[in-house]
Amino acid sequence: MALIHEFIFQGAQMLLVLALAPLLTGFVRKVKARLMRRRGPSLIQPYRDLARLLRKDVVLASNASWLFRAIPYLVFAGTWVAASLVPTFRSGLLFSWTADLIALIALLGSARFFLALAGMDTGTGFGGIGASREMMIASLAEPAMMMIVFAVALIAGSTQLSTMAAFMNSPEVGLRVSLGLGLLALIVVAIAENARIPVDNPATHLELTMVHEAMILEYSGRHLALVEFASFLKLLLYVSLIACLFAPWGISTATAEPALVAVGIAAYAGKIAIGGFLLAVFETAIAKMRVFRVPQFLGAALMLALLATLLRFVSRSF
Amino acid sequence: MVTDALIAVAALLLLAPAGIVLASSPIGRPTVYGASLALALLLATVGIVSLSGQHNSNVTLPLGLPWLGAHFRIDALSAFFLIVINLGAAAASLFAFGYGRHEEFPGRVLPFYPAYLAGMNLVLLAADAFSFLTAWEFMSLSSWALVIAHHHLRDILRAGYVYLLMASFGTLALLFAFGLLAGTSGDYAFAAMRTAPPNAGFAALVLILALVGAGSKAGLVPLHAWLPLAHPAAPSQVSALMSGVMTKVAIYGFIRIVFDLVGPPAWWWSMPVLLVGAITAVMGVLYALMQRDLKRVLAYSTIENIGIVFVALGLALAFKANAMNLAAALAMTAALLHVLNHSLFKTLLFCGAGAVLASTGERNIERLGGLIHRMPRTAFVFLIGCVAISALPPFNGFVSEWLAFQAILVSPQLSSWGLKLMIPAAGALLALSAALAGACFVRVYGVTFLSRPRSEAARNAHEVEGVSIVAMGLLAVACLILGIIPGFAIDALATTTQLLTGGRMPAQVGVAWLSIVPIAEGRSSYNGLLVFVFIAVSAMICAFAIHRLASDKIRRSAIWDCGFPDASPMAQYSGSSFAQPIRRVFCTLMFRAREIGEMPPPNSTSPARFTAIVYDPIWDTLYAPLVQFISFSAEKLNALQFLTIRRYLSLVFAALVLLLLVLAAWP
Amino acid sequence: MHGLSFDIAHLLAGSLVVVSFLELYQDRLLALIHIYAVHALVLTLSVAWQAFIHDAPHLYITALIALAFKAVAIPIGLRRIIIRLGIHREIDNVVGVGLAMLTGIGLVALSMVVMLRVTAEADPLAREDLAFALSVVLLGLLMMVTRRNAVSQVIGFMSLENGLVLAATGAKGMPLVVEISVAFSVLIAFIVIGIFLFRIRERFDTVDIQALDRFRGERR
Repeated sequence: MALIHEFIFQGAQMLLVLALAPLLTGFVRKVKARLMRRRGPSLIQPYRDLARLLRKDVVLASNASWLFRAIPYLVFAGTWVAASLVPTFRSGLLFSWTADLIALIALLGSARFFLALAGMDTGTGFGGIGASREMMIASLAEPAMMMIVFAVALIAGSTQLSTMAAFMNSPEVGLRVSLGLGLLALIVVAIAENARIPVDNPATHLELTMVHEAMILEYSGRHLALVEFASFLKLLLYVSLIACLFAPWGISTATAEPALVAVGIAAYAGKIAIGGFLLAVFETAIAKMRVFRVPQFLGAALMLALLATLLRFVSRSF
Repeated sequence: MVTDALIAVAALLLLAPAGIVLASSPIGRPTVYGASLALALLLATVGIVSLSGQHNSNVTLPLGLPWLGAHFRIDALSAFFLIVINLGAAAASLFAFGYGRHEEFPGRVLPFYPAYLAGMNLVLLAADAFSFLTAWEFMSLSSWALVIAHHHLRDILRAGYVYLLMASFGTLALLFAFGLLAGTSGDYAFAAMRTAPPNAGFAALVLILALVGAGSKAGLVPLHAWLPLAHPAAPSQVSALMSGVMTKVAIYGFIRIVFDLVGPPAWWWSMPVLLVGAITAVMGVLYALMQRDLKRVLAYSTIENIGIVFVALGLALAFKANAMNLAAALAMTAALLHVLNHSLFKTLLFCGAGAVLASTGERNIERLGGLIHRMPRTAFVFLIGCVAISALPPFNGFVSEWLAFQAILVSPQLSSWGLKLMIPAAGALLALSAALAGACFVRVYGVTFLSRPRSEAARNAHEVEGVSIVAMGLLAVACLILGIIPGFAIDALATTTQLLTGGRMPAQVGVAWLSIVPIAEGRSSYNGLLVFVFIAVSAMICAFAIHRLASDKIRRSAIWDCGFPDASPMAQYSGSSFAQPIRRVFCTLMFRAREIGEMPPPNSTSPARFTAIVYDPIWDTLYAPLVQFISFSAEKLNALQFLTIRRYLSLVFAALVLLLLVLAAWP
Repeated sequence: MHGLSFDIAHLLAGSLVVVSFLELYQDRLLALIHIYAVHALVLTLSVAWQAFIHDAPHLYITALIALAFKAVAIPIGLRRIIIRLGIHREIDNVVGVGLAMLTGIGLVALSMVVMLRVTAEADPLAREDLAFALSVVLLGLLMMVTRRNAVSQVIGFMSLENGLVLAATGAKGMPLVVEISVAFSVLIAFIVIGIFLFRIRERFDTVDIQALDRFRGERR
């Protein structure tokens, strides 16, 4: 009986992230539009876009390989699995131990690896430039992320997200320098990983500064829908991750009452709304960087995260 | 058990003359590679049986030095490496079973191939310094003969020359190391060395010599210069063995000396190992990103992986010195598992490169492309190799890196301040090298197998022999299995880590759902099986749902590319252009990478030129001056060739007197 | 000592290091001045917090001086100077940002190890604060070495001085007289440097120190 219970929670989380991801993107777009004094598309526009794309035919380049057709499914599945392993409203889910934070990062790395391959597949200039830049950004963002994981894991004494969330919720955490550094670096990494301004602009096409969009230029129809959905999920994943590590309030534990679970859901909704709002404000306030300024930006994140880890190694009280 | 192994090795040695006889006959290739395959499998079985450490047995043969004899022994360490080496050897033999058909001069390969396998196995079996070094040299020389198999090419001759020099240098260092270990008693048997470890100063010297000697064979920066020349020069199945397997023999040598023979480590020993390992990892992958030769990319990526192994070994040393046995076992497991993993996927990738070479005659990735259409099976297995080597879940490369990261997370408990600074830095470099490896293999795979063909040869490529594909397929399956159920391998390594570090990781097989839990479940766990199943199931569900509920129609049309499809395949993104951002970010400082663009003046029709210049810092600062020095001193010493006989005699006499003086002055 | 106040003091000192890194990262002059203002602001908060937890009212005056001069007066002055000199859009870099930050990390690690080892018996708050302060000083020096524009060098110098103030407050505060005199000396240094900047600019048409090198006597 308990097992079925757990299965339901795990399934609920999988469906929840699936349902919420387009909404978060829609929300960010809406807030951005309002900040620019436009009315903006409706909140559910991403759902409509996905549904429309899913119904359309796929137009494949004549020399696209089987890999090109398989990749959207792989990328989507990988991102979805990763997103459903981050504690959102309830920690200690049935399969939460399947992948710890390091494995989660690597799972997203797998998705990116395949997406970059898709960019190379048809042999176009845009695909190549996107793949190449994406991997350049990843080559800095990934170690930065790993250092953040180290810093936080050394505080929490675990790389298991549920344990980490529980520890972060306990009073013994306190305010720590390394946590502050880690949060700062994590925000930078999250911005870069999700191809947001100032690293990349998710709203542009036909511009040489674009990275992510250039890589997926040849996709259409249901393939495009899946790739887009994966990027929505990834945004939600990072917001949930930041919420779970740095604002774990309200996450209900495995033994909690139903009422507390409801509180957890409400808290989660609040947290991602705040996260989305802050992201929109940040994106509106800042300009896109030149592409070769990005390594410095990410390098700074790497340095901050490395500093955080160093501090943890040097003294336990940081 | 040892006797069985020795008989198999003897059979391999006998196969060598058979190779000479049969070289020109049609049954030569199947005989040699078939027998090598069978013997390698036999030796691997011996390794598996002996891994539990219960069948330790010694054999002393009346060979070698008369007062010493040749000692052979299999313990848990050599058993593990027997498995690694012979699995790789078996796969390479199976691959060569089909691939060997493309060999131009079978007479130059067939005799040396089994001899080379025998040499590597003998190194593992040897239990005294003399047989160890003899086998080591035998391995080096037979592989050298294979490297220069195509010696009519000038580059290959040069590669062989550099290789020979570096191999002798490495052996010299090892010779000194064993000399110090044997000490004044002069007993060269390993058992005797274990009982009388050298004093602290000599032990430190042994560490450095082992790092130099084994490191030069394994390809540690800055002693790596020969490796990217020699490994690609050999026929592909031999490249696979050299990169995938022989570097592991070198690691075996290092572990045997530093963890087994020399006694308890001092607190600072881990620091040079960590430093060299981390630098090797990052430099190796950056070099790999700058290469255009497919096999050379793989050779440099071997250097990177050796760096990762050495970082893990350095961690193990640090924990061992601080008596943290469990953590040492964790780091050691990471190192050994990475050894196994790397031997699998590097053998696979080199075989794949060989398949590409055989079917297109090209090693330059800038002239390949689109092979996924012409060689779909090779493309599939090569893809698995690429994913595995990029340390991505759910394949095996990730598991060992994950364990290494877990080991790093235990290390704040170490007390040394130097290590407190060094280990986070090494961790960052490890993460950096993993991320760069991903970029490197996207580049290799994207340019070679994806995109449009860039040359006629690539356009007309064809699939290689079925046997070769089976060999690569088996390796790919092994990569997946070790990635999703690594618990079995980790448990099998317990006796080895027990032997080397005095600790063992908790048993993994009993853990629910076959997760791996290095320390405690609340702390960290990873389940490759479930990750794999989840991804596969959710991808399939979603494909099924979309095809049923939404649309499953596909139209083919021309490439879109924002309306600017470039007509010429040569205008595609090439390997160099793919690497450009990374070159600009990472190599400006390290490799002094410069880009020179020359635009023609207005109204001129001459083409614009773009040149990217990359210097090799190690070659320029270390090797070039060394070469200069050697040729300078050789010039000076040349005069010695033209002395009178009386002068020669007086030189000999002076040397003799000098040695006697030293002996007299010795305390 | 109370856990939370301890943590906040730490966090503020740590933020000062982070802002020092931001200064290293930022190569546009105007933005650099803004970051310097933040630097001084964080220092103010840190000193004020120390005053609060140690119950040392004279530290409030130190904080006030930091706020008034360093966070407000000097940035405004510098801003005016660079706008009048017309260099507010200039980008100033000798060493790459990445390398500078990497060196910075090394310096912080160095100061941590040195401080924590030397002062093993001291009060943990003081010693870790001292370690941070030393890092800020070293980062300020690094900034002076890696920049060639006189204005960025001035900012490097003043963040160095901020590090000294942090060190002093960490060690239970220095006498008020000393503090005030240091603050004034910095102000005077600022005025003198400002005047010099204008003079240099008048003579040589630039404030790039490298350009000034040519006019030095000893180099031929």
